[in-house]
Amino acid sequence: MVLNRSPDPTDLALLDAIAAGLPLDPHPYARVGEGLGLTETQVRERLGRLLAEGTIRRLGVVVRHQELGYKANAMVVWALPEDRVTELGQRIGALPFVTLSYRRPPRPGWPYSLFTMIHGRDRDAVLAQVDRIKEHCGLQEVESAILFSGRRFKQRGASYGQTRSGAAQERGLEDLGHAGAAVAKLRGVEWPKHAGGATPPAP
Amino acid sequence: MSGEALCLDAIDRRLLNDFQQGFPLSARPYAEIGAHLGIGEAEVLSRLARLSAAGAVSRVGPVLAPKRVGVSTLAAMAVPPGRLEAVADRVSAYPEVNHNYEREHRLNLWFVVTAKDQARLAEVLGEIALTTGLEVLDLPMIEEYHIDLGFPLQWS
Repeated sequence: MVLNRSPDPTDLALLDAIAAGLPLDPHPYARVGEGLGLTETQVRERLGRLLAEGTIRRLGVVVRHQELGYKANAMVVWALPEDRVTELGQRIGALPFVTLSYRRPPRPGWPYSLFTMIHGRDRDAVLAQVDRIKEHCGLQEVESAILFSGRRFKQRGASYGQTRSGAAQERGLEDLGHAGAAVAKLRGVEWPKHAGGATPPAP
Repeated sequence: MSGEALCLDAIDRRLLNDFQQGFPLSARPYAEIGAHLGIGEAEVLSRLARLSAAGAVSRVGPVLAPKRVGVSTLAAMAVPPGRLEAVADRVSAYPEVNHNYEREHRLNLWFVVTAKDQARLAEVLGEIALTTGLEVLDLPMIEEYHIDLGFPLQWS
């Protein structure tokens, strides 16, 4: 991985062009290139480089969890002593049902320094998982809070704003991951027939 | 967007689960995916269009590493319940805001802001505070302990 290389203006324009998604077209890279003055090959090579460098963490299908039956989404925050945040952030982040683990600064009236995210099929499942975290990491006495999500007002890929110059995508609320186990094997279990529609669409 | 029932067959499930990363960089990526799934390119495209229309797929595209391009933060506000929708609409109107959720807490509105630089980020947060008359908590990520490689779906 090549570090410390900033994306050039063409990279930023390319990332901007595909932020909302690749076209559903037999030649998506050619279509994207048309708007940028790049050939299909140039687009493919640039994306390959941005992936190899780690600027693009992953390229592929970004799913919406609620529509897929993951109705309960909780941000679980922990007020940890400064010198334990990294250790516990790594331990909690390694649990298979934890999809994000970030350190953020505490603020007045908001003592929490570690933010973890759990997506589950329902609230009880999430609450049981929070208990497992507490047990696993000995956090029963640590101040924590569980913030279940309610309405989703907006969800989309990072926009680069009116400046068209690029911006980071902080995936703090939606684009989740599972370390190591990215391609879990599907289990041929019955799918809920009405998985969608639980949440009003974003305006 | 959604509202219609989502009926997913085995191919849909593989399409949703197996291609969250490693999307082909070949000239005809959808054809390559089709070859993996034993279906044609046109069917891959029509299935993705259907799953997008149903809301199950947000997009087929990139997830960027944090702190590589521009700046971002997570922001939180304690909004009086009667004003929540109006304030949420005002926040969502910014192109710099890409996620905006209600959460069950005194701090009940949470959103991610991305911008080209720190100055613009501060400007967006400042404008939101000023126009709503509410405090905006700025909670930038300091360290990341989990690598996003996609979300393994379990059909149970």
